[in-house]
Formats: sequence, C-alpha cells, structure tokens
Amino acid sequence: MARRRGGRRPDRAKKRSERAAASATPKEEAVEVEGTIVEPLPNAMFRVELANGHKVLAHVSGKIRMNFIRILPGDRVLVELSPYDLTHGRITYRYK
Amino acid sequence: MIALKSPREIETMRRSGKITAAVLTQVMAAVRPGISTRELDAIAQAGIRERGGIPTFLGYNGFQGSICASVNDEVVHGIPGSRVLRDGDLLSIDIGTTFEDYVSDMAVTVAVGTISPQAQRLLDVTQQCLMVGIAAMVPGARVGDIGAAVQAHALQHGYGVVRELVGHGVGRAMHEEPQVPNYGKAGTGPQLRTGLVLAIEPMITQGDPATQTLEDGWTVVTADGKLAAHFEHTIAMTDDGPKILTLREVGEPPEAQRFRPKEEVRV
Repeated sequence: MARRRGGRRPDRAKKRSERAAASATPKEEAVEVEGTIVEPLPNAMFRVELANGHKVLAHVSGKIRMNFIRILPGDRVLVELSPYDLTHGRITYRYK
Repeated sequence: MIALKSPREIETMRRSGKITAAVLTQVMAAVRPGISTRELDAIAQAGIRERGGIPTFLGYNGFQGSICASVNDEVVHGIPGSRVLRDGDLLSIDIGTTFEDYVSDMAVTVAVGTISPQAQRLLDVTQQCLMVGIAAMVPGARVGDIGAAVQAHALQHGYGVVRELVGHGVGRAMHEEPQVPNYGKAGTGPQLRTGLVLAIEPMITQGDPATQTLEDGWTVVTADGKLAAHFEHTIAMTDDGPKILTLREVGEPPEAQRFRPKEEVRV
C-alpha cells in the first residue's frame, strides 16, 4: 500500500525570513521604547534597562538575527513592548 | 529512524513475502470480466489466513479490505466492493501480509480480458520502472538513486510519475522510514545499507501525474481521468545485493530472477 508523502521539513532560512517579515510590520498596539542592554542572557535574550528606568527581558527580533547584528552590553536599542506584558519585549533595532 | 533488519528478520520477511506472492498469484488467476473486486478481496483474505498470515491492510487506518483494487484511472487504494470488472479494464491489486509480526507488501497491475495496446504499454513500462528501480539498488547507492532511475525511465516513455504517494521502508510496520519517492535526484537521500528493507512502488500515469482523492477518503484517481498502473515489491538490501522478498513463482520478468533470494531451511 502506497504511503502518503509526509510533509517536507520546512526550510529553516525561509521560515526565519517569514518570521522577520511578520515582525517588520509593527503591531498596532506594540509600544516602542528606547533602552540600554544591561546583560546578555542565554537563548539570545537580553536584560534591557528602558529609558523610563524599568528593566525588561527582551529577545532579538528575527530580522536582526537574520542579519547577524551583534548586540553587546551597553548598546542602545529600540524595544517593542507588548501592551499586555510590559516585562517582555522584542529588540527591533540597535543604534549605531 | 531507519530500522535495519538482521538476516534472521529478513528471513522471516522472506517467508511473509512468499505468502503474499502466492496469494497474489491466486488472486490474479481469478481476475476475469464479470468478477467483482469484493470477490477478489475474499480470495485474498482467505488465502492469507490459510497460510498463517494476517491481512495487513484490513483495518489499517480503517481500510475495509485485504487488498486495494484500483481500476483504470484509479491509481491506488481502491476499496474492494461491488464494482464488477469489465473486459478491457486495467486492474491494480495491492496486497500485504503480516506473518510472525513482519509485513510484506506488493502490487501488480493486470489486464482484465483484452486491453488496448496503449494500456498494455503503460503496464509494461510501469513494470520496467520497478525493475529499473530495483536495479539501482547497488551497494553504496542512495534512496534518491532509485527515484531518479524510475523517473527517468517513465519520462523517457512520456508517462507521468505520481508524486503524492511514495514507497516506504517495511518491517514490523507496513510504513517505516525512509520514504522512497519514485522521483528525485541521484546521490541524495539515505544510503542503502545491508539490512534495509524497502517497498519500491512506481505509480505511473498515462497523462498528467496530478491525482485526487475521492470522497471515500482512500481511492486515489488521476485528475485527468487517464489510466494509471502500479507495481510494487518488498526488497531487502543484503551483502549480496538487493533481494526481492515478494518474487512470484511465475510471471515475473526474466531480469527479476537475479534478485531471487536464497531459500533458507529453518531448523
């Protein structure tokens, strides 16, 4: 009996670029704030001190990851915050 | 994960394949205009049980039958039923046996009565495709070599290769890893190691290879309604090259004989 062909494993690079494309369109409710990297954490996460003094946990957006932009402590970055959970954010831009 | 089989397991699978081949031969002999596919199914089920096997297909994901009987534009997975075969039909019979926990899986396409020369040519080329695929199983080859060989042979004759369905590894389960497409690129895919057991099953169409599945959830037909043929063997890769575990005693093409497994006497 013939086997139904199973789904091919998705192309990782393609998936990542799709994810980046999704994050490139800012969600209407995301709050953008400037911050400074305090310390790097595992899994490409960072502790970021925001301009208003809050410290949040932020991950790096797909678009930044795709372009292999290195983020170091002390860098000034733009963070998108979800209005629902202000303690987590996404780094969308690193200032030069 | 690809499960390789020990010589002992392959021996059990050979005995399983022998039952499948013998029962299929019996079913093929019963094919004639006027017989229903349900009657053929009954012969297959009785034949498998008589020889101590279990019909693998029966109840597989709810499949109602011990064989798949696919007529004319039906490619594979036709459910046996009240359909009565007519002179000039092209019938694919797919059959599987579980014997001592090991599965063997095979298929042939046969003419009902007298068929057109075009249908006969499709049938011949599909059988050649299977043989070409088996011949590609040389030591060190990869799964992609099989698909590339089958595809090249089919395209050379202007036929289509069905892509939605593929061959597969066989063992304790009917469908094991790896998938064995009937198309592909030579030199790609997993390497064929000793102990690998595969079901190679070219599904070749007269026209466009696009298929559709009917509302019964099983029957796969060609989208353009043209004829399709299907041949299948269960083949073990051994130190001595590929061995067809489901070789029939009669009616196989002469080039298949060099892939005949050795008979072993079990104590």
